[in-house]
Amino acid sequence: MNSLIPLLIAAPLVGAALLLLGGRALDRFGHWLGTFASLLSFVFALLLFSSMLGRSVDQRPVREHLFSWISVGTFQADVSFQLDQLSMTFVLLITGVGTLIHVYSVGYMAHDERRRRFFGYLNLFLAAMLLLVLADNYLLLYVGWEGVGLASYLLIGFWQHKPAAATAAKKAFIVNRVGDMGLSIAIMLMFTQFGSFAFGPVFATAHQASQGRLTAIGLLLLLAACGKSAQVPLQSWLGDAMEGPTPVSALIHAATMVTAGVYLITRSNAIFDLAPTAQLAVVCVGAVTLIFGAIVGCAKDDIKKALAGSTMSQIGYMILAAGLGPIGYVFAIMHLVTHGFFKAGLFLGAGSVMHGMNDEVNMRHYGGLRKYMPITYVTFGLGYLAIIGFPGPSGFWSKDRIIEAAFAKGGTEGWILGAVTLIGAAVTAFYMTRVMIMTFFGEKRWQPDAEGHEPHPHESPKSMTVPMILLAFGSVFAGGLFVLNNNFQHWLEPVTGFSEGNSPLSSGVVMALSIACMLAGAGLAYVVYGRSPVPAVPPVGSALTRAARRDLLQDDFNHAVLVRPGSALTAALVFFDSKGLDGFVNGLAASIGGISGRLRRVQNGYVRSYALSMFGGTLVLVATTLLMRSV
Amino acid sequence: MTSTGEAVQFWVLAVIAVGGALGMLLMRKAVHSALCLAATMIALAICYLAQGAVFLGVVQIVVYTGAIMMLFLFVVMLVGVTSEDSLKEQLKGQRVAAVLCGLGFGVLLIAGIAHAKLGHFPGLAEANAEGNVQGLARLIFTKYVWAFEVTGALLITAAVGAMVLTHREHVTAPSTQRELAAQRIRENKQVPPLPAPGVYARHNAVDIAGLLPDGTIAEDSVMNTLRERGQMRDVSQDMLRRMAELENSTAEWLGRPSSERPALPSQPRPELEPVPNHQKTTDDAAKRQEEGE
Amino acid sequence: MNPVNYLYLAALLFTIGASGVLIRRNAIVLFMCVELMLNASNLALVTFSRLHDNLDGQILAFFTMVVAAAEVVVGLAIIVSIFRTRHSASVDDSNLMKL
Repeated sequence: MNSLIPLLIAAPLVGAALLLLGGRALDRFGHWLGTFASLLSFVFALLLFSSMLGRSVDQRPVREHLFSWISVGTFQADVSFQLDQLSMTFVLLITGVGTLIHVYSVGYMAHDERRRRFFGYLNLFLAAMLLLVLADNYLLLYVGWEGVGLASYLLIGFWQHKPAAATAAKKAFIVNRVGDMGLSIAIMLMFTQFGSFAFGPVFATAHQASQGRLTAIGLLLLLAACGKSAQVPLQSWLGDAMEGPTPVSALIHAATMVTAGVYLITRSNAIFDLAPTAQLAVVCVGAVTLIFGAIVGCAKDDIKKALAGSTMSQIGYMILAAGLGPIGYVFAIMHLVTHGFFKAGLFLGAGSVMHGMNDEVNMRHYGGLRKYMPITYVTFGLGYLAIIGFPGPSGFWSKDRIIEAAFAKGGTEGWILGAVTLIGAAVTAFYMTRVMIMTFFGEKRWQPDAEGHEPHPHESPKSMTVPMILLAFGSVFAGGLFVLNNNFQHWLEPVTGFSEGNSPLSSGVVMALSIACMLAGAGLAYVVYGRSPVPAVPPVGSALTRAARRDLLQDDFNHAVLVRPGSALTAALVFFDSKGLDGFVNGLAASIGGISGRLRRVQNGYVRSYALSMFGGTLVLVATTLLMRSV
Repeated sequence: MTSTGEAVQFWVLAVIAVGGALGMLLMRKAVHSALCLAATMIALAICYLAQGAVFLGVVQIVVYTGAIMMLFLFVVMLVGVTSEDSLKEQLKGQRVAAVLCGLGFGVLLIAGIAHAKLGHFPGLAEANAEGNVQGLARLIFTKYVWAFEVTGALLITAAVGAMVLTHREHVTAPSTQRELAAQRIRENKQVPPLPAPGVYARHNAVDIAGLLPDGTIAEDSVMNTLRERGQMRDVSQDMLRRMAELENSTAEWLGRPSSERPALPSQPRPELEPVPNHQKTTDDAAKRQEEGE
Repeated sequence: MNPVNYLYLAALLFTIGASGVLIRRNAIVLFMCVELMLNASNLALVTFSRLHDNLDGQILAFFTMVVAAAEVVVGLAIIVSIFRTRHSASVDDSNLMKL
């Protein structure tokens, strides 16, 4: 059974290789090949899952050594996989949601002539992501990590003929590099400290390392997580990444890739638990991003960018929960899974709306679509209920547990975090209600597109609606299933550990508070957007709104703090290089050239002139000899 | 110390040798230089004899003055016996630098020799005990036999080298007189025989070009070799001047007015002037060839 | 008279020859100057032989003469062939060996 683990990765990898190297011959059925590869991987995952459930809790984690990758002295890097409950959760989410999105893409990309390549990239992404979560050492994880970055770059820039997409891809790649740097340095630190990359030895000996070293590793891992998961301060790429096709946004930037940071932190729990400073930093990053993303989400008129802000905010929740330690790991992963369902559903719904509206993304040009796209409306609505934490659907359970865990952190910290998560819940309800109202309710505000075609909203084809329906099921029932008998908690506890914490508030109170916040946010949104018609042209708005529309000035900040000094430094280096070093070198060459040019005239070709130099030389020699003898 | 006789001989010979050397250095014509050098070499040969190097003295006369200097003279004749160096120095500062270097070098050598201490002076009595030639022969064929053999190889190589350098292979068979005549007719360039050198009743040397009716020289009348060496003499100006003088004296005798007398060339030129411009003739030949084509 | 005077004479002749090489332009005269230098050194060698009562100096002078003969033969052949092609015996006209 364990031999299925490499096959889990191999299926999409072979699919990607076939699709990318196969050429035009595969154009006709390539998309089905890609979908099949993904589905195969999902089937393997299910088989492994059932086999895992059949074993006792102690026997569940398994290891599969494939081959020894690099073996130099004490440096030992293996390609071996570890499938425990945490990895299993991710594998199921990745392959499951991934397969649904493959199916969706068949319809969504039907008119794109490069569809085969798109599926190749999707498969490549799946393979890299599975490698990331299945690796049993940090080095292999890093391979998957970089592979995910590459696939993300390729997919965001899939429509590379659009300058915005090409730029967004580059931006995502470069910002991710910052995080990757953190991960690579963390791995090097680990090797110097523990002499190994493998999870087992590292976690087993983590307690022997000095506090400073652990904190450094923790902070570097956090930097890596920030890059991949679009957390402050490396959040700026996610909004622009929406230039990619919508399935990409759903798969990569909602359900899977951006959760890699959460995975990394949860996986490294042994290190973080020993480094409270790093943990505090994790919590702070999560809290800041939670609010940051929510505010951005409130101001965006672009439906995908609003959802991107929401993603940022929800991952902020997860990072915050992961930073809480054993109190929060389980709920971070739980929220990750439920979020994977409902956010993917929401993105697919947004894609479906765009599909019906001539690729219009501005919500101010939507309105009243519920009659025209009933299935999209219902699935999107269920996702909406899940994300705002309406009691019942999955989001409510997971988010409520995170809020509870935040309070359970205890002390002033607990109160602050609890307050932040509650505010976040209210803002989430506000912006999601706004999206919902502007898209599906109110008056039609449809605008003809650039070529003058009036939009004719229509329901999307089956290949698109079926995944949406399945995801809606997931977003409704997953949460309840997880909290029933604390299933998920017991499932994950052996890996991450769990502690109740000591919450100052009872869970009933927290639940009531969160419902109240949600209702307040949704109600405010209804008052603002539901009661009066939405203007087609955005109002000027407050300073905060204007800033939020510009992603809270993140790009301006990066530009001012990083890009401009960087350019200045580069310019200075270039100046130093061209004027200083090159000047010196060129000057040396020029002076030698000049001297040679003058010296050249000595070689005038006249034999008598040469004879004179010879005679002069002899003169000097004789004079020297005589002088030396007489001395 | 040497005998007084040798001292007198030395001073005479030294004056001759240095005079010859300076003459060689300062004479403009190569043939004069060669003769001066020959004088120096003979003086040196006598010096050798005086110093007991009988064999070398004889060899000096036979090989140097007899063979080498004659070879020099032969080549001088080949190149042009009257050809001279022009006095204009083309290399900037060469002459001054050469003189300075020479002076410095001479001073250094003399200072070095003066510095040396000569203690015992045995003379060649012992070495020449069985005769100079025998002594040399003993050394050459015993101690220096290998060098001697190699010298033989060197001489053969030099002889072969000289032949290779100067020998020119005929690519085609040389044209006969008949073929040359036929070619002249075919090319229609110079159908009649070439004009004869010399000027009627005044000059008949082969290096003086004949004059054309307009008073200029006919270069074809002088043989190629002399033209190439720049040894063709132009007497046209001189002839014109003499004609004018003759006309003048006739006019004077007849009492004609001065306006009818021909003007004398303003600057009388030397009677016989060489035409050093051999390139002009070759250029003219090229031009003529082009026109012919 | 001190036989060292022969050496002074040799030095003088050698210097004159060397100066001639530098000053004269006619290749043939140049060659004569080289010969003069060789002769001067021969004189010095013969004198040394006499000063040391040793025939080795004369042997060396003898070889110098042989080599000089060979050198003159080849050198004059070169001058003749240069004159044939360039119509000039001036060493200043053969100045193509320059940059």
